[in-house]
Parts: sequence; C-alpha cells; structure tokens
Amino acid sequence: MMMASDIRPEPTPKARERLLDVKGLTIEIETRNGPATIVDGIDLHVDKGETLGIVGESGCGKSLTMLSMMRLLPNKIRVTKGEANFGGRDLQKMSNADLRKVRGGEVGFIFQDPMTSLNPVMRIGQQLAEPLIYHRGMTKAEARKRAGELLKLVGIPGAEDRLDAYPHELSGGMRQRVMIAIGLACNPQLLIADEPTTALDVTIQAQIVDLVKELRDKLGMSVVWITHDLALIAGLVDRINVLYAGTVVEDAPVDALFDNPSHPYTQGLLASIPKLTDERSTRLSSIGGTPPEPGRRPKGCPFAPRCPLAEQVCHERVPSLEGVGQAGAHRVACFVAQRKLEAA
Amino acid sequence: MGAQPLMRIENLVKHFHVRLGAFGERAATVHALDDISFEILEGETLSLVGESGCGKSTTGFTLLNLHRATEGKVIYQGKNIVELDEKAMRPYRRQLQIVFQDPYSTLNPRMTIGEAVGEPILFHKLATKAELKDRIAMLLADVGLPPRFASRYPHELSGGQRQRVAIARALACQPKFIVCDEAISALDVSVQAQIINLLLDLQQKYGLTYLFIAHDLAVVRHISDRVGVMYLGRLAELATREELFEHPLHPYTKALLSAVPEADPAHERSRKRQILQGDVPSPLSPPSGCRFHTRCPIAMDICSKVVPEWRLARPGHMVACHAVTEGLPG
Ligand SMILES: Nc1ncnc2c1ncn2[C@@H]1O[C@H](COP(=O)(O)OP(=O)(O)OP(=O)(O)O)[C@@H](O)[C@H]1O
Ligand SMILES: Nc1ncnc2c1ncn2[C@@H]1O[C@H](COP(=O)(O)OP(=O)(O)OP(=O)(O)O)[C@@H](O)[C@H]1O
Ligand code: SF4
Ligand code: SF4
Ligand SMILES: [Mg+2]
Ligand SMILES: [Mg+2]
Repeated sequence: MMMASDIRPEPTPKARERLLDVKGLTIEIETRNGPATIVDGIDLHVDKGETLGIVGESGCGKSLTMLSMMRLLPNKIRVTKGEANFGGRDLQKMSNADLRKVRGGEVGFIFQDPMTSLNPVMRIGQQLAEPLIYHRGMTKAEARKRAGELLKLVGIPGAEDRLDAYPHELSGGMRQRVMIAIGLACNPQLLIADEPTTALDVTIQAQIVDLVKELRDKLGMSVVWITHDLALIAGLVDRINVLYAGTVVEDAPVDALFDNPSHPYTQGLLASIPKLTDERSTRLSSIGGTPPEPGRRPKGCPFAPRCPLAEQVCHERVPSLEGVGQAGAHRVACFVAQRKLEAA
Repeated sequence: MGAQPLMRIENLVKHFHVRLGAFGERAATVHALDDISFEILEGETLSLVGESGCGKSTTGFTLLNLHRATEGKVIYQGKNIVELDEKAMRPYRRQLQIVFQDPYSTLNPRMTIGEAVGEPILFHKLATKAELKDRIAMLLADVGLPPRFASRYPHELSGGQRQRVAIARALACQPKFIVCDEAISALDVSVQAQIINLLLDLQQKYGLTYLFIAHDLAVVRHISDRVGVMYLGRLAELATREELFEHPLHPYTKALLSAVPEADPAHERSRKRQILQGDVPSPLSPPSGCRFHTRCPIAMDICSKVVPEWRLARPGHMVACHAVTEGLPG
C-alpha cells in the first residue's frame, strides 16, 4: 500500500470553513424515574479538511453523540436541545428524504459494532454495492467492480473472492474493514469513524490511517475519529477533544494535548497507556472510581468525585470550557487548570 | 520456567469449506489453521498476535472445541478434547472459557446483564439463589460496572460496557483457562488498565491461565509470559516475552514490531514504518513453502518450495524460517 505524504502543511487560518458545527446538543434517555441526561449540551466542530480525534471514557456518550447527528438514536433516547449543522443545514430539522442523501453519501459512517450493523444474511459485496447504486447511480456491474476495489483498498486479501462471503465467514478485523470500506464508498465530505480499528493489528491499522490521510489530502475530506488509542491517532489528527460524562472537558491541537495535557482526566488517561518498555510486574495506573451514570451527575464538575485536585468550588459549580492557550486554541473545562495556565 | 503444560496442541488443522460466486457455484477451502503445535503452560499468559485474518480467533475456537478441528489434537487433562462430542465436553466447559471478540453477537439480547452473568453461576451451581445477587454485583464491580447495570439489556450498553459484561460472564464460571479474544480492545485506556490489573490479580490468586489474543503490542508486552506470532494460519515464532521483543528472529515479527505507534505526534508524523510490501495473500490459496515468502524482504529460492521447519532456535524460542541459523547443528 502507498504511503501518504507524512508532513502536512499547517492549514492557513483564513481558509478555515466550518463543515460540522454541533451546538449545545443534549441527549436524554427515558427511564422509569423520568428523563436522564446522557450528553449534556455538547459543543463540537470540524472544519473543512480538518481531522478531529475524540477520546473519552467508555460509556461517556461518544457513539450516541455521533448517532444522534444522523438521527439514528435507539428507542427511548432522544435529542432534547441543541443543533447539529452540516454544511450550514441543521441535520436535526432536515426532511427524512434529504437526510437519507446525507447518510452514507455526503457523510460516511463507520459504526463501532460491525456485527450489528452488517446484515448477517447478505453477502458483503451486495452491502458495499448498495450505497454506490443509491447515492452515485452506478449500475449493478459498476458497483460490484467498485466494491472489489474498495475491499482491496482496505487491504482484504483475495478481495474479489471475498465479495461473495457472508459476514460470519470473515474474521473480526475483516468485518471491521468492510465497515470502513462502506464508510468510504461514496467519497464523503465528512467521515465519522467510531473506533474503526479496534480489531486490527498494528500493520493494518497503520495502513488504514495512511489510507484515510491520503483520501483526506486528496479529496479535502474532513474526519471525526473516535478512539481510545491516542498513540494511533497522534500522527493523523489536527485536534483532539476529550469527552467526559457527555461533555467536552478539553479541546486542544494535537501537539498541545500531548505536550501539555491540562485536564486532570486527560492526564489520567495519558498516564494509563502501557508503554512498550514497562516491566510486567508494574501495575498499570488507572483512574479510580467510575464515571457518573445518566441521571446521577454530581452538581459541580462531573469529574469532581474522582479528581485528585478537586477543591470546594469544584463540587459547587460546573467549570466551562475556556481558552487557555495562544488565541484560545487550547481550551479546558477545569477551575484548577485554568488558574494554573493563566498564572503561567 | 518449570511450569507444567496445561494444554498441548499437536499439529492442529482447521479448514472452512465455503462457496463462492454470485450463486455459490464454486466450492473453495479457507486454510485458516495449518499444522500448529505449541504448549500452553499452567498459570501463564500466552499471547497470540498477527495480522487480521491470520487465524487467531480460529485457534481459540478450535482449542475449546467450539469449531471442529479438521485434524490434530488438543490434549487437556490427558484427553484429546477436540474429538469429544458436546456431551463428553460438558465437564470441561466450565473450566475452559472464552471472551469473544464480538460481545454483542454472543450476549442474548433478551437477557438482562444480571441474568447473563448469573446464568453460568446457577447452571454450574457455584452459588445459591440467595447469594446470587451479591455475586453478580461483585463480578460487575470487578469489571468497573455499577450494580444497577444488572437490570439493563445488552443494547442499552456502550461498546466497552458490553465487552466488560462478557469478561464478567467468563469470570463467573471460576474457570481454569480463559481465551481472551480482543477482550479489552474496545475499552478506553483507563478501564483497560483496570481490567488488566484485575486479570493479573486473579491469575496470581487462582493460578488462572490465559490465551490472550490482542493486537496492541504494548498491552501484550505488559501482560504476557510468552508470545506467539502467527502468519496466515501458521505459527511463525513463539518465545518468552523478553526474547520476542528483544531478540525477534522471524522477518515477519521484525516488521510487526516496527509498526507499533507511539503516543508522540511529531514522531508519528515523520516516521517511516517498515510497511510490508505486497498484498496479504488469501487463505483461500495460500503461498507454497513459507507462507511469508511473497512479502519477505529476505526471501530465498528455497522459501517458495519448502515449508520451513517449526523448531527450537534458542532456549524457549521456537521459529519457522529458513534464514534463521541459530540453534542449527554445525
Ligand atoms: N439504548 C440504550 N438505553 C439505555 N442506555 C443506553 C443505551 N445506549 C447507550 N446507553 C448508555 O448511554 C451512555 C453512552 O453510551 P455510548 O454508546 O454513547 O458510549 P461511548 O462513549 O460510545 O462508549 P464506548 O467507548 O464504550 O463505546 C452509556 O452509559 C450507555 O450505557
Ligand atoms: N465460519 C467461517 N467460515 C468461513 N471462513 C471462516 C470462518 N471463520 C473464519 N474464517 C476465515 O478463516 C480465516 C481466519 O479467521 P480468524 O477469525 O481466525 O482470524 P483472526 O486472526 O482472528 O483475525 P482478526 O484479527 O481479524 O480477528 C479468515 O480468512 C476468515 O475469513
Ligand atoms: S474542575 Fe475541579 S474537580 Fe473538575 S477536573 Fe478541575 S480540579 Fe478536578
Ligand atoms: S522462510 Fe524465507 S520467506 Fe519465510 S520468513 Fe524465512 S526467509 Fe522469509
Ligand atoms: Mg461507543
Ligand atoms: Mg479474530
């Protein structure tokens, strides 16, 4: 597989144009005791050609946020506030017909769980061909040919033969790559990838990252990449958002996040990454406690019950996301970090 | 390492028969596992790594007799368990557990989390009805889930939460041996660290043995005693953790180790990975001789003709490669 050029020019600030702009999005779930908040007024944005990485604790609302944008939320869960603009149009208000054109066409989606999103009784070649026929008006034969090319692009060996396989006949990583191929099928303007490489080995992960880089640079595609593997996306993304309990707690250019992680939760995450040089006997550090459940968030900072730095104010007021770096590019929602960075 | 073997795998082969073509008109064979031999020692963590599709999950499934082996033996407690039928297998089922790669497809959607975790406890009579609730709550707490999750259904959980339920369910059986197939790959690093610590604690306390399938080499290095590297249905190399990471012998292992990403943006942007040339061959028609010869940077004439022997090259270090001379007589 080809390597994409590794060093990208900095995007000039003037050329920036918002592609996706999520404002104050709130997602609630209907429970026996009434509605409970899962995602709490989240703000996210992605510029044209930009790659945004999203990390955060398991269960903090990453997948639901992305699904809500495409109006694919499960039963009993709904958006109660906020908007999600894509290319200037509010996805929440768009007609179903328009939304269908966006889904899988202008916006490619790689779902987290291949086994639940692939149709188990349909050959994968057909599943790949469908969006090509629907969105791009290809004939069946054209779509099959393109489907084979896509499988090759994501590195599946014997691609033409595998078109006729059913999902259960593929390995976990192959299924995941079929999902990636479907997400990329229509050359989307925006690719939303929800943990797209969890089942892939390092060499294929690297190939997929290079493939996405290449498409991004060639087509000007924007990318939202959800992952827990900070090392993997270190060389891919422009910016990282760290989510905790359904809010963004830190938003920073990638270098700033690694050089100067400011939120105590981000610091905890980085400290938990096992290093290749670790000894077996060392215990991995992990953040004590568990994140709040929907409907049981603490009154002040959502991280306060687990935070080693928590002060009185943290239990009383919710910190807002505020700029601390140059030109406000690095933002953090933490009283202590804000104070420290202001003093510096 | 003086440990006894818990399981001995001898010349294990697994083929899948599939049908190709738009109407399924062509028959073909997937060579998923070909002639694999190794031992799993009591109380150790043996990891399997290798490219996607190389046969890691198939190894796990076939070892536990969840897929019928095409040929070969798996000796456990003096019995070749892969020739047993489901009834004869029953006494071994509780001891030998697996956490599947795809937890969603293996959790019953109509069973609550509490029922899913409690079912094996009741089935194997590991607790009384009265103790059950506490036992479930304890297992959930071990994997970092609050007790209230017991009343939820699988579709009401996030990906990482489901993965933890699958781990709790395996632990509920108080097994001797667990195949962990990408069991922690969907977890954020903090929860991942918590589960790894838990697995290592349980191992120390109860002498558990793990076959750990994973692609994150930093995690593998952290938890393994020994590591096996697979390529296209065969073992390429198997050695102690230190040997494998400090002294890899097989060209494929070397390429794999060079691809490990690091949490450093500047380094990642500028690095040149040693990405293997050539396409991954298809297990429908694997290459002759050494299966790696189509992509190996140092392949020789003999490599496409003769299957390299699976042999001991250094103490505790097995390898299959014609170019490795260590350990050869003379
Ligand atoms: N259908 C549902 N019913 C009730 N709760 C749900 C449902 N789906 C998700 N949740 C809850 O909402 C929260 C957010 O879920 P989401 O899937 O967005 O998490 P995530 O950040 O993607 O986590 P992961 O990293 O584990 O995939 C979780 O706590 C989950 O338990
Ligand atoms: N039920 C099946 N029918 C046909 N082929 C199968 C079946 N299960 C697995 N295979 C094939 O066997 C080969 C090995 O698959 P396996 O799932 O063991 O790979 P793996 O090493 O676990 O990969 P991954 O890292 O992607 O999970 C693959 O080519 C796969 O397509
Ligand atoms: S605001 Fe307070 S509790 Fe929240 S992360 Fe910062 S120091 Fe910790
Ligand atoms: S046997 Fe030959 S082709 Fe195979 S890994 Fe060794 S040198 Fe390379
Ligand atoms: Mg998710
Ligand atoms: Mg697998």
